[in-house]
Amino acid sequence: MSGPGRARGAGSAHYQRMTKEERRASLRLLGSLLNPYTWQLIGLSIVVIVAQLASLAGPAIIAWGIDNGLPALAEGNAIPAIGAAATHILAALVAGGLMYVFIRWNMTLGQTMLYSLRKRLFLHSQRLDMKFHETYASGRTVARQTSDMDALAQLLNSGLDIMVGSVLQMVFTMVLIVSMDAPSGLVMAGLLVPATMLSVWFQKRSSVIYRQIQTNSARLISHFVETVSGIRAVKTYRRQQANGEIYAQLAEDHRQSALRSIHLFGIYQPTLRWLSSITIAAVLVVGGFRVLGGELQVGVLVALVLYARRFFQPIDEIANFYNTFQSAVAALEKISGLLAERPTVTDPKDPVELPEARGEIVFDNVSFRYQDDLPLALQPTSFRVPAGQTVAIVGSTGAGKSTIAKLMARFYDVTEGSITLDGVNIKDLDLETLTNHIVMVTQESYLFSGSVADNMAIGNPQATREEIRAAAKIIGADIFIDQLPEGFDTDVRARGGRMSAGQRQMISFGRAFLADPTVLILDEATSSLDAPTEAIVQEGLEELLGQRTSFIIAHRLSTVMIADRVLVVEDGQIIEDGTPEELISTGGQFSQLHQAWQDSLSHSELPASKQDGESDAR
Amino acid sequence: MIDAMGRLWRIIKPIRHRLFMGLMVTIAASVVGLMIPQVLGVLVNNLETSPTVATVWFAGGVIVALGLLEAVLMWLRRVFAVGPSTDIERKMRVRFYTWILDMPVAFHNDWGSGQLLSRAQQDVTQIRRWIAFGMIMMVSSAATIVVGLYMMSRSSVLLALIFMVIIFPIVVLTYRFQRDYSVFTRRSQDLNGEISTTVEQSVQGIRVLKAFGRSKQALANFDDDAVALRDNEIRKATTLARFDMFMLALPESMLGLSLLLGLLQVNSGAMNVGQLASFFATATLVVGPTRMVGMLFGQAVQTTTALERYFEVMDAENTIVSPTDPVTIDFDRATGELVMDEVRFRFHDAPEDAPDLFQGVNLHVRPGETMALVGVTGNGKSTLLQLVPRIFDITGGCITIDGVSVHDMDLDDLRRLTAFAFEDTTLFSFSVRDNVLLGVDPELPEEVRDDIAWEALHAADAGFVADLADGIDTHIGEQGFSLSGGQRQRIALARAIAARPALLLLDDPLSALDTKTEERVIAQLREVLDNTTTFIIAHRSSTVALADRVALLDHGKIAAVGTHQELLRTSSRYRYLMASPNQDVEVQS
Repeated sequence: MSGPGRARGAGSAHYQRMTKEERRASLRLLGSLLNPYTWQLIGLSIVVIVAQLASLAGPAIIAWGIDNGLPALAEGNAIPAIGAAATHILAALVAGGLMYVFIRWNMTLGQTMLYSLRKRLFLHSQRLDMKFHETYASGRTVARQTSDMDALAQLLNSGLDIMVGSVLQMVFTMVLIVSMDAPSGLVMAGLLVPATMLSVWFQKRSSVIYRQIQTNSARLISHFVETVSGIRAVKTYRRQQANGEIYAQLAEDHRQSALRSIHLFGIYQPTLRWLSSITIAAVLVVGGFRVLGGELQVGVLVALVLYARRFFQPIDEIANFYNTFQSAVAALEKISGLLAERPTVTDPKDPVELPEARGEIVFDNVSFRYQDDLPLALQPTSFRVPAGQTVAIVGSTGAGKSTIAKLMARFYDVTEGSITLDGVNIKDLDLETLTNHIVMVTQESYLFSGSVADNMAIGNPQATREEIRAAAKIIGADIFIDQLPEGFDTDVRARGGRMSAGQRQMISFGRAFLADPTVLILDEATSSLDAPTEAIVQEGLEELLGQRTSFIIAHRLSTVMIADRVLVVEDGQIIEDGTPEELISTGGQFSQLHQAWQDSLSHSELPASKQDGESDAR
Repeated sequence: MIDAMGRLWRIIKPIRHRLFMGLMVTIAASVVGLMIPQVLGVLVNNLETSPTVATVWFAGGVIVALGLLEAVLMWLRRVFAVGPSTDIERKMRVRFYTWILDMPVAFHNDWGSGQLLSRAQQDVTQIRRWIAFGMIMMVSSAATIVVGLYMMSRSSVLLALIFMVIIFPIVVLTYRFQRDYSVFTRRSQDLNGEISTTVEQSVQGIRVLKAFGRSKQALANFDDDAVALRDNEIRKATTLARFDMFMLALPESMLGLSLLLGLLQVNSGAMNVGQLASFFATATLVVGPTRMVGMLFGQAVQTTTALERYFEVMDAENTIVSPTDPVTIDFDRATGELVMDEVRFRFHDAPEDAPDLFQGVNLHVRPGETMALVGVTGNGKSTLLQLVPRIFDITGGCITIDGVSVHDMDLDDLRRLTAFAFEDTTLFSFSVRDNVLLGVDPELPEEVRDDIAWEALHAADAGFVADLADGIDTHIGEQGFSLSGGQRQRIALARAIAARPALLLLDDPLSALDTKTEERVIAQLREVLDNTTTFIIAHRSSTVALADRVALLDHGKIAAVGTHQELLRTSSRYRYLMASPNQDVEVQS
């Protein structure tokens, strides 16, 4: 309800703003979606046309029965009467059967198209590189795949039904009426004018009110969600009553807009009904005079009246369809925009096979800029890391530490130079092979819905429960996981409120253990842990690093000191390179940092600023 | 079902007269609508026997008039029924909201906001629709069928009987369709929700997926849902197709049969052509209400479910309430002295074999003192803090503030005595000012409130507020998205300080700050908190430095209390946890 509704209000507004070019682009995408199914679409149209004709035949057959069957009966010939009845029943069965075929076929086709587009979009958004994802707001990428797809679904589900079904119903009714009695047809056509005006007026008004309802209900809902998810703050700051008043007001606003909408419909529906009564009356009067004049048979008059009742039924649907169409075209334009994006980081044409890797990483004159108009984020840099070495990368924020990490993980491709793993350019490995060997754990510890175990298993989908448990134990996460209501099976989303940033980070850190890559990159992977926890993780970390090649970006010196080698990065360049001991003794930037660390250690031995005695005295 | 409908009756009792009027006009509208075919019948007979110009005009005029009357009556139904029923809808919604705000946090954790929201929105709307539309249409449709059958029987008893035969299957088929279809619809909504979640996570978690190369797994998850949605939609459409098939074929076949019998009857003189015509016109009008009755049976079932879902929440027991006879609190004399005596606690949904989270916590925070709480991640530090303002209730032992058990205080008083800053900062969609002044007496003069707000903001190093677009009046976007984590945290900290509580509870309020900002905030806090009793969860050693004393929470008990220096000397566990890595310097500048 909310999906299509949302699209309905916003969609038409967006549609008005679109340029011709954009409209053409969306229709092209629609065409490319429909194109493979041309024959099915033609078949469907034939089915719906025949179904409509069969269901419209009823009153005409009744008229024929009255006008021809009755006189024949009087003469003792029952065949026309029986024939009329049989035809009527046959028409009913054909109409029903074909309607079944049509609805089912139409939906199957529409859903098949939607499904393939959904999948294409999802895959496309996954293939797009980090450059895209870091510039295009995530909300927009999501909207393309959700609300825009809803708008399109509306069109595909009801499109043919209404375009062909309802429109044809009106056209055929008109044709039948005119062919039976042209003057009555004229009368009905005349009354179509006010009915159309009424419907257009209603559609315009209702889309305005609809948008109000959407706005008001969005406010109501977001206040509700905000309060309920912030329930602890509501309680501790005693906001129950004040928030209750705000909510009452929002609920009243919502009620007012809903009332406006109901009353609008309350005017539209009876008026349309009255117009249909007027049509009956008009047909009856015009037809009545023609019967009086002997130009029309009574049976035909009855049929005309029966048709008049049905004539206006589809008009509301047709008017509504225009909104659906506008929203869908607007959605298609945005979807085609996303599909037009091209990833720059792609799989090579002829990937090099590398089933096993030792883990030697070489940067050969690598430089990088994020965008063409930006300065180099990494100056031409060369270094070689032999297999098994633990390398700490230190430097101030924005110096280029994360850039080095992202280039190794191929989040971005180097601007110049090359990065090789065991002598193979990482661009020549397909991405799957690359992520088998090189894994990066970032500071942002994103948890997916699912259990704690599921989340850890992202590191290795084949991991057994024992392996997952063992990994958690090494980093000391098993203590808090066991406290959760269902231990490793606890849904992390349902319990999001009880999972602190540190806990989330520990779970995502556990992924790295399970992934067991040849080369591991930890980009601030323990930054949210508190001091005691980090002490525990530190032990696990040494085990994790073990014999593999690893790069650690950390801002705690204790972590850095376990490295075999330190790279100090400043302004996109490596300014110091050596073992921690060497760098301390040569007296560069690293040794200054180390000195500061030493100072703070001794500083902490001093009493805190307040003396114990003071507080006792109070 | 009977219970739910009984409660529905109590809900609508105040507006029952209006609803009754609505029912009356709706029935009247149906009857008037059914008169139109009668006019048609009379006119047709007239044309067959003694046609005059006057009768033709007269018949047309009567139909226009009847049509107008019908339209007015239809309009009146909404006038009578809709206004009061939307008012009931609003009241039910507000009552629901105020009720759940009083419910304990454990209740919210169990239900989740989505469940509560769908009850406050969809279920309440469903109930209103039933009151304003369903109930009335149910009775009036039944009336229409009865009156329609009577009209048809006036044409021909035989034809009316044939029509009666199809009423039952139509009602049953519609009911069953409605029931099955709504199951598919719900399922589609659920699947759409799941797809949205998967898509959202695939975009927000893109770094993780790319770093581990798990896009394929994500696609597989997504594909499962997308296939399920496609199949469900097709099944849903099949249900609709089958229903539409019967609804087209059944009445129309019956009309075909009626045509033959009718013609025979006209031929035999049992009825005339006009009566036959009005039979067909009436039958067309009665098929609609017949379907409506079936549909409304389905609606009735759904409304019952909605009522049950609504009352399921409203009937839940509130376990954290004020005592009937609370102790009077003298706020001017309050010192905020906190004593925990043998405090035990376990979450009500903790696994049975898990030990209690707290197994006898003993702690004394002296008046005016700043006490830091340290311990490993996930051992319950936050929970211990939340026991004080009764966010959760202890399962054993006692917590007192200034010698009064928190269970003997009125909840409002207790939460006025204490102020809380959470690690996950919830700011509301108000202005910064209103967020900061959340716990401040609204009766105070505007200037005083202003001073309090600025003082608190400065203490929390949130001076950046002055540089926001509208300064302190800047409206915070939904969930405070326009601010960074550190900025939000500082505003939340200012909020706690502004409340000027006797006892300040701070749950790691500096975690999102960078080192330099943290140092500044600590320096300012030292001054502000000088006389306020403060219980603070410490994340980094620098926060510990703020405290007079430190308590170490370990394995469900307070393992050691003392100054940082004392504990470094006396507690090996404390030394192990706090000494080496955290006495650390940030390598970045």
